[in-house]
Amino acid sequence: MSEITIDLLTEPAGVARARAMLQRAEWAALSFTTFDKASVDRIVAAVAQVGASRAREFAEKAVAETGFGVVEHKVLKNIAMSTGIVETYRDHDYVTPRIDPTAKIVEVPRPAGVVLALTPSTNPVATVLFNTILALMTRSVVVVSPHPMAKRVCAEAARALAEAAVAAGAPDGVIQVVDEPSVPLINTLMQDERTSVILATGGTPVVRSAYSSGNPALGVGPGNVPVLVDATADLVEAARLIVESKSFDHGILCTNESVLIVEESAHANLLRHMTRAGAHLLEADERDRLREVLFPGGHFDTGFVGKSAAEIASAADIRVAPNTKILVAPFDYVVPEEPLAHEKLCPVLGLVRVPTASRGIDAAKAVLRLTGKGHSAAIHSNDANTIMAYGAALPVLRISVNVGNSLGSSGVATNLAPSMTIGTGFYGRSSLGENLQPKHLVQYTRLAYNADTAVPFANFSGLNPWQASTGSVPPYPVASNLVASGSVAQPVSGSLAQHYEPMTNEAAALREEVRRIVIEELRRVVRN
Amino acid sequence: MSEDLIAFSSKADMLEKSKTYWNPDKTQFWSDSGVPLVIDRREDYFIYDVSGKRLIDVHLNGGTYNLGHRNPEVSHAVTAAMQHFDIGNHHFPSLARTALAEALISSAPKNMSKVVYGSGGGEAIDIALKTARHATQKRKIVSVIKAYHGHTGLALATGDERFSNLFLSDRPEEFPHVPFNDLQAMEDILRPRDVAAMIMETIPATYGFPLPEPGYLEGVKKLCETYDALYIADEVQTGLMRTGELWAITKHGIEPDIMVSGKGISGGMYPISAVMVSERAAGWLSEDGFGHISTFGGAELGCVAALKTLEITTRPETRSMVHYISDLIGRGLREIQAVYPDWFTGIRQNGLVMGLEFNDPQGAKYVMRELYDGGVWAIFSTLDPRVLQFKPGILVTPALAEELLDRVEVAIGRSAIAARKAGAFA
Repeated sequence: MSEITIDLLTEPAGVARARAMLQRAEWAALSFTTFDKASVDRIVAAVAQVGASRAREFAEKAVAETGFGVVEHKVLKNIAMSTGIVETYRDHDYVTPRIDPTAKIVEVPRPAGVVLALTPSTNPVATVLFNTILALMTRSVVVVSPHPMAKRVCAEAARALAEAAVAAGAPDGVIQVVDEPSVPLINTLMQDERTSVILATGGTPVVRSAYSSGNPALGVGPGNVPVLVDATADLVEAARLIVESKSFDHGILCTNESVLIVEESAHANLLRHMTRAGAHLLEADERDRLREVLFPGGHFDTGFVGKSAAEIASAADIRVAPNTKILVAPFDYVVPEEPLAHEKLCPVLGLVRVPTASRGIDAAKAVLRLTGKGHSAAIHSNDANTIMAYGAALPVLRISVNVGNSLGSSGVATNLAPSMTIGTGFYGRSSLGENLQPKHLVQYTRLAYNADTAVPFANFSGLNPWQASTGSVPPYPVASNLVASGSVAQPVSGSLAQHYEPMTNEAAALREEVRRIVIEELRRVVRN
Repeated sequence: MSEDLIAFSSKADMLEKSKTYWNPDKTQFWSDSGVPLVIDRREDYFIYDVSGKRLIDVHLNGGTYNLGHRNPEVSHAVTAAMQHFDIGNHHFPSLARTALAEALISSAPKNMSKVVYGSGGGEAIDIALKTARHATQKRKIVSVIKAYHGHTGLALATGDERFSNLFLSDRPEEFPHVPFNDLQAMEDILRPRDVAAMIMETIPATYGFPLPEPGYLEGVKKLCETYDALYIADEVQTGLMRTGELWAITKHGIEPDIMVSGKGISGGMYPISAVMVSERAAGWLSEDGFGHISTFGGAELGCVAALKTLEITTRPETRSMVHYISDLIGRGLREIQAVYPDWFTGIRQNGLVMGLEFNDPQGAKYVMRELYDGGVWAIFSTLDPRVLQFKPGILVTPALAEELLDRVEVAIGRSAIAARKAGAFA
């Protein structure tokens, strides 16, 4: 006798449940929007602590699940996007009303509400951490819909963050996650009127559909990063930085360098230094084999995303030294039909030689004509004129100067806002032109007085409309006559969120240790 | 359309025919009560009079519409089921009945073992009482004064004389009633050990949701054990997450011997009811499975509706929302009470089970009338019209909860004036 099942599904699995999540989120948002700064800080700190203290575990699980990237580099990103973000915005306040007596305007911060975070497979947990912490800092709740390739690790991370948030006083449902993402489910989440804003970090299709959902969306576009090295550059440093950045997390960040453009007079020296730093310069026949393997039929084989240089070389039957970090593929024409000029989310770097820096700028523009408009570029030069000309000519919104672009344009190694979500602006068909940061998720109700100075402006100092969170939100429903009798009722089916261990001394010590490591690592990155 | 099965020339025409062919007294009662409601369209937590007037439903027919009217998920499940099932043959093992029984037992207190189906709450109560009598081989059934468990033969005898006298159905010798919240009276009636079962709603609905005093239900359960009577929990109105737990009795740490569910169990889409019985009480199902027969009991379409209803109701998201809704509406009502403390004298609340007390023996009728005018449908408690039954849905949105409170605040203010004018309260 075979299995008996009666299919009564009338819409794709999980869609109804997704709507229920948004409804729960709406309730949580209603409550969270009244929290005061101290309560918000406590919640943010608790969540960041979990992200940082489990950074390695999540990095290992992400690499195991997706097959992408480098554990060590993902640890760094997870820390940068948890406690690192908290450090960056330590002195910012997105909660307390701002008073401007001169303008006679009071600004009351109002959170977005329900943030839908579509997170990628390439930076899975780092983006979950980043989007979640941004939402929490501004008192929004978040529903995470991870990329299917990274769904297990993202769900586990999001649940851990949710437990920590609730244990620190956040409303139940403040962080939720989709376990089984699918196209109809994501469309449901994106189009639902309870979704206040969509943070779309991922491939072009998901970003475009976020924008056409009918809801506000902050999306990123693809990158295709040109890096120009002119004759005035410190070639030793440039070589080291480019190799390091290109090999970071096996070239998986959308900010990693795609095509190296080098001024003819610097070419030999730069390549010599790069080889010393771990680059393998491909011979013409090697380059051709690699092109065939990496771009079968002219299209990038995504099976190579985030793979090591050694794995890729081996697939193309190329012998390389064991310490090889990147493969450098020279070509002449920056044109659509040259596959190697396109985005490559792996440690393969295109190489183009140009007679002058000025021709180099043209070549960089040609790279960006293929893809990557609005995204980022890099330059290594000590000539302010060239740097300015490069910045004024390229249709991108951030350029890393004398620093690797992987961590440069993502704000970890520069003073740009540290971010996993790189706004590509109008060039890249996005409403977001900066690196995503907390300020993008908060809007203000402005109490604007008569401009006439004769009309008095009230004294608002010390007024705060928000409340401290006390006890669990929502409270457990206890019979009203029991409340009166002062009895304490224990929830029968357990708390709404899962059980969460309160922080012990040991955990506090660990947090301090993690904090020290974060600062140390960030310093090292910035120094480099 | 050429084949309108339902057609009246006007609302007045329909009401006239309702009196002629259906129920003259009931039809007239609602007109006289200022609630001339003939429900036409319904969706979400809204019902619409044939005039187009919209009402927020916080009566929900005792929780029948917990998930809203025509909940899309339940509706889709039943529509899909109709391509495969009908009511089914009540004699045979059935896919849908078995699946629902398993789902119910896994949701219920640990000691629950089997499910017996009925077509409505009254039948389910009768099944529960018959089951208790079989298991104990005793006849007496104890219930509380002002109890309400339905209108079938045995159920009616457990209830208030308001309904049993009319049909000469009171049977005081077999169905003694004791005061609610009185453990001594309960012990006195159980002491002779001739009682088969004690039946109690976890919060008596039709009596206006008076809350059991702390320790009362626990004490009753202990007495049942001491004097060898079964504890039957009537969870028809208090179950299905209304108190923030699936079954309210679990908030008291009680494992009843028998538990009854009806109304909301099938999402208001297809009537069924269910009796969950412990192994101790389930004997007749092994001895003579044909002991209770019901053609419509556990109708398979109803089982599908119930399976979907149970799935929605037990989602973590739903439980979370019930806690949020209870908190917001509870706080809102207390704020309103602070504005009208002399008129709006009390709030009985356990989650979304709420009774609002007013300062007049018929107080809730004034409030009901004003609420109707103000676009809210809530009903007075039949057995204590001082109290308004107030039962918001378990999937209410923040916007609807706020709108409801806005309407309630105005209506309660107006009802205070109306009651004062009528000389009802000084």
